[in-house]
Formats: sequence, C-alpha cells, structure tokens
Amino acid sequence: MTELLSIEPIRMLVFLVGTILFVALNAAYLTLLERKESSWFQRRLGPTEVGPWGLLQPIADGIKLAGKQVIVPDGVDKILFVLSPIMVSVPVIMNLATIPFSDTLVARNIDLGLLMILSFTSFNVMGIMFGGWASRNKYSVISAARVVAQNVAYEIPMFLIAISLVMVTHTFDLRETVLLQTGGFWNWNLFKLGVSPLMPAACLLFFVCLLAETNRSPFDMMEAESELIAGAITEYSGMGFGLFFISEYANIVVGSCLVTILFLGGWNCPFGLYPGLHWFFVKMYGIIFVVIWIRWSFPRIQFYGLLNLSWKILIPLSLAHLLLTCVMVKIW
Amino acid sequence: MVGVVNYFREIAQGLYTLMVGMAVTFRNLFLPAVTVRYPHETLQMTPRFRGPAELIRDGETGQPHCVVCMMCQRACPSRCIAVEGEKPEGGKRKVPTKFILDFTTCSLCGLCVESCKFDAIRFSKVYNLASTRKEDFILDLLNPKATRGASCS
Repeated sequence: MTELLSIEPIRMLVFLVGTILFVALNAAYLTLLERKESSWFQRRLGPTEVGPWGLLQPIADGIKLAGKQVIVPDGVDKILFVLSPIMVSVPVIMNLATIPFSDTLVARNIDLGLLMILSFTSFNVMGIMFGGWASRNKYSVISAARVVAQNVAYEIPMFLIAISLVMVTHTFDLRETVLLQTGGFWNWNLFKLGVSPLMPAACLLFFVCLLAETNRSPFDMMEAESELIAGAITEYSGMGFGLFFISEYANIVVGSCLVTILFLGGWNCPFGLYPGLHWFFVKMYGIIFVVIWIRWSFPRIQFYGLLNLSWKILIPLSLAHLLLTCVMVKIW
Repeated sequence: MVGVVNYFREIAQGLYTLMVGMAVTFRNLFLPAVTVRYPHETLQMTPRFRGPAELIRDGETGQPHCVVCMMCQRACPSRCIAVEGEKPEGGKRKVPTKFILDFTTCSLCGLCVESCKFDAIRFSKVYNLASTRKEDFILDLLNPKATRGASCS
C-alpha cells in the first residue's frame, strides 16, 4: 500500500505532463496536417519553406503567436474575456484523462468515463459563449448565440446514440467498452448488426454530431469567416487566440478518440492480431483525416440548414435507433 | 406514406451527393500539384510573350544584327528607342554604338519588331522587372548586363 501511495502521484504527474504535451503537439501538427491536406486536395503544395517539407512550420507559428501581444480591447468584460480561453481549453485536456489509449495506457480509468467526456465536451461551448459575449463585438455575440443553438441541437442526437450504445455494452467505462469489442472487426460495435441493424448508420450520425460539436466545417458556425470575421474569437490575439485553436484541435482529437473507442474497437486490431497503441492511433488519425477531408470538400451550410439537419433528420433517426436498440436488446 | 418515402429518399440522395463530392476531392488528392515554387523555379514563358525588346545577336560573333537603319526609332509611337551608330573603319555596314530603350514609356506595341527589316530586334522573355527606381527601366540593349531589368531573365 505504501508503495502504491508513493507511485501514484508520480504516475499522475507523468500523465499530466504527457497529456498536455500530447495536446500541444497534436494541435501544432494538426494545423500543419490541415494546411498540407487542404493543399493536397486543392492540388497545391502547402507550407514547404520552414524546415524539410514545412515540418517546422508549427513551431514557427507557435513562436509567432507567443510573441504577440495579448490585447484586451476597451469595454470588454475583462474577467470573462480572460477566463474564456482557459474555460475552452481546460475541459478538453481533462477529457483526455479518461481516454484509454491502450489496454494499460490510461491516466485515470473511471467507470463513468463516457458520461464525463460527454459532459466536458458540452462545457467547452460555455467558454466560447462567454468569450463571444465578453468581446463586445457584434460578430462575436452572433457567433456565441449560434454556437449555443448549434451545440444544443447536436448534443441531443449525440447523447441519444451514446445511450443506445450504453444499452448494448451495459457500461459507461470506456476501457470496458473496448474490451467488449476484442477480436476481429466483426466484434466492433460498428458491425454489431445483431443488436441493432442500424449500427453503421448510428456511427455516421455520431460522426456528424461530432463535426458539429467540435465546430468543424461544414458546421463551423462559430468561426464563419465570410460572415463573422472569426466569430467568437475575433477580438482575441496572441496566445488567447492560440488557446482557442489548440482546444479546437484537441476537441477533434477527443472526438476521434471517442468514435474509435465506441465504434471502431479502440486498440483492437481488425483481424485480431497485435492489438495495441498503434492500432488506436491508426484509427484515430484516420478519423481525423476524414474530418479534414470533409472540411475541404464541402462549403459551410446555412444556419437554418444546420438546425434543420439536426431537428428533422438526426434527432428522429437517433431516436429511432434508440427504440430499435431497446427492442433488440429486449428480444435477445 | 409518400411523405415518409420522400423523407428517406431525400436523406439517401443527400448522402449520395456528399459521397460524390468527397470522391472528387479524394481523386484530386493523388493528382500532382500545379504549384510553381516561384523563387526556386520559374515557368518557361509562352512563345508570344512580350517582354521588353532585346537585340538579336549573331550566334558566332555575338555582334547585333542591327545596322542602325533607324526604322525602329521612327516607328516607335512613344519615342522610347534611341539608336546611334557609326561605320567602323573597313566595315561593310554601320554598327550601333548606343541602343537605349526607355521602358517607362514603352507600351509593348511591337511596331519596332515589325518594322525591323534585318531581324535585329525581338521581344525578350524577361518578366522580373519590379524596381523602385526609374533608372532601372532605362534599358541599355547593347550591354544588357549593365541594366538590372534585362539581367534577371
């Protein structure tokens, strides 16, 4: 017991530093991936000048951002204005604490991991809303209002699908969820057609909700450049802006982890061979690739189209999926 | 019932069109980039590109074909060409001693090139011409290295 007590704080410290590093590195290099991938889709080259193939570009960007003055404009609500980047970025880092990257690699596996992640994911909206409200800028306020409407609309189908998944797996524990999908790809939740024939559709719905939750294009109402300059983050500069950016990419990472864990069998190999961390990352970055692919394929939809999609299609379908899963679980 | 069918048809069609769009972008992912990394590599100019005029020189001697007939100077509507020449001792024809092209007023109309009977002047392929000094555009065509504009081709 004494041994455990001495090791536990060190373990937590290592995980804390590791998680923050993971988030920072991911945010940095996902911006590069985003720029590279967008240019490949548009048959450009992307950043090439800083370092070989532009690999040092994120570091240059980071130095530039860190060197900029953090301007607090006149008339803003100072406390909220300063608080909001922190409120946006902290929950995301907390989310990563419960995500099991492999059988043994998890900072703190709690048995309500899924619930915790879903709640902290919605917490990040509040940060954006505060930031938009505090900025004293019309664009920011409009953006804040949109973000709230959008996230309320898209959380419901997301949660409904999460609930139907929990009914299948009987657990909120993410590690348990992955362990239940051990074996080949036919054991993954995505292909558990026996419990619910709509499972692939549910995965798709979850993915769409994830795009909306992370404010990614085509649902990037928060940062609709053509209409709202930069939305809620218009007035931010320097590292305040940087924190919003980091948390946006960290959100994508968390969301992709969630899809990987819930539907794609986490660290399991599709063919039951050599499960481990690498498979988790292959799946996760695959999903991130698709997220970026979608961003550079589709234009931003109009705001009412966004809400229509949620209330008229996603919510009825996810409700139907929930009902169907109920019936199927009862029958088997 | 029709409403329900239409509802699902709309979803299916929407999904299909999204897939088509993503297929298009995915195909482009594997096509080569069209970017020219400009300072590192430059494009070959098209044959009919009109840069500031230059003198055509003899392939062997390096002497310009120009015989100082003054046709180009006379043809130039904006009077930006100034040619002077002399007949060297024992030479058969005149050779230019001065051939100045004031590119600040040249409109690239091409009358000088058209009027030349001796195939001595043509458009160059130079396009890196930006400068902050007016003097850089008074081009000395006889020794182009001396002027900045003609040197960076």
